[in-house]
Amino acid sequence: MTFAASVVRTAEGSDGFTPPGPHDFDLPAIGGGHDTFEMFGQTFVLGVTKPMLQIVLAAILVFAFFYAAARKQQMVPSRLQFVGEEAYGFVRNSMGRDIIGGHDFARYVPYLFTLFFFILLNNLFATIPFIQFPTFSRSGMVYGLAILSWLIYNIAGMRRHGVLGYLKLQTVPGGIGGPMLILLIPLEFMSNILVRPVTLALRLFCNMFAGHLLLILFALGGEYLVTEMSAQYAPVGVLAWLLFIAVAFLEVLIQFLQAYVFVLLNAMYISGAIADEH
Amino acid sequence: MQALLAAPLAKAEELNPLLPHAIEIVLSLVVFGLLLFAVWKFVTPRFEQIYTERTQAIEGGLAAAETKQAEADAKLADLEQQLADARHEAARIREEAREQGAQIIAEMREQAQADAARIVEHGKTQIEAERQQAVTSLRAEVGTLATSLAGRIVGESLEDDERSSRVVERFLADLETIEASQVSGGGAN
Repeated sequence: MTFAASVVRTAEGSDGFTPPGPHDFDLPAIGGGHDTFEMFGQTFVLGVTKPMLQIVLAAILVFAFFYAAARKQQMVPSRLQFVGEEAYGFVRNSMGRDIIGGHDFARYVPYLFTLFFFILLNNLFATIPFIQFPTFSRSGMVYGLAILSWLIYNIAGMRRHGVLGYLKLQTVPGGIGGPMLILLIPLEFMSNILVRPVTLALRLFCNMFAGHLLLILFALGGEYLVTEMSAQYAPVGVLAWLLFIAVAFLEVLIQFLQAYVFVLLNAMYISGAIADEH
Repeated sequence: MQALLAAPLAKAEELNPLLPHAIEIVLSLVVFGLLLFAVWKFVTPRFEQIYTERTQAIEGGLAAAETKQAEADAKLADLEQQLADARHEAARIREEAREQGAQIIAEMREQAQADAARIVEHGKTQIEAERQQAVTSLRAEVGTLATSLAGRIVGESLEDDERSSRVVERFLADLETIEASQVSGGGAN
């Protein structure tokens, strides 16, 4: 709906600066279709949008890169194979082996590995020129991954301990008995079962959303100051653009960290679910 | 037309970004699921395999090096043992040789002394025999000479054999007594 937003901006242009908002993330369907559908009391674009293409592109790129890196298995690795192995080893060792540990971690490494580089690339899309849109600033995209994470760690725990055993593990803290449990069990259930996917999703989504919003603000604000207002405000606009660059670098760090944290928490949840002690 | 568009857009401004686009949830699950499947199938097994192979190669190399080292150590210890044995053996042989040498020298010395004693004895015996011979012949000669000399001096009366021989015997006995006393006196010297 950038198209629609720009219409708004021209309509209200004479009134002053239109701050960026959620409407800037509601991109129009590619090909210019205007079909919509109603859900949750909101109107959504029906059609293929840019973040949809991005998420597919990210999957293709991640697979293509690591497939190429892993294709030739040489004892002494080529440069590409080395990079691929280092990337794989990073997730495998720092998140799989060190957090899940034991002999069970190998089963979850492909998931963690794929998840990390999939999120990382989708986040980096926010900075890559000509794409410059974070896929996970669309909440639906994140919810998908959060639901999957929730299913994986809960199912892993239930397969290990049985449904009741797993629920007991997650909700009954060790070493506490009596009436305190009446208080603690609902709390633990909430924090370990209900809240985790929500925080997982919101953390990633809000970081990407806010980061992109900030960049739009600096870009459009600078543009407005330079082009629309009197000349004395132009240096401030240039300053805003400089800040845009600085914030963009900060965003790269955040994009990496959010991917890392998302996968790290996944590993910790799995580790907690398949652990033998509370 | 613009007025028509603007009316729903005012509502769109209040759009809640937390409310998800349902298609996006499905899409992200499907795309990620496919990617996960492909990576699980084609990428991670290969990385794991090369990790395992490399670990084995390195561990195998280390094990081989350790074996070689152990072998070398054993060989070195063996050689050192042999060297020590050889040194010991050499010392023993040297000691034996020294003992044998000393023994041989002692034996030789003993033998030489015996030889010398024997030679000296032999010489003495010979000298004694020769002296005895000389004494005998001298006694005969001296007797004859003295008899003839005395005969000449005292004349014909002394030509009677029996008497003359008695005189000679007595003379010689005196002579021997003198000689013997001289010899014992010389031996005392």
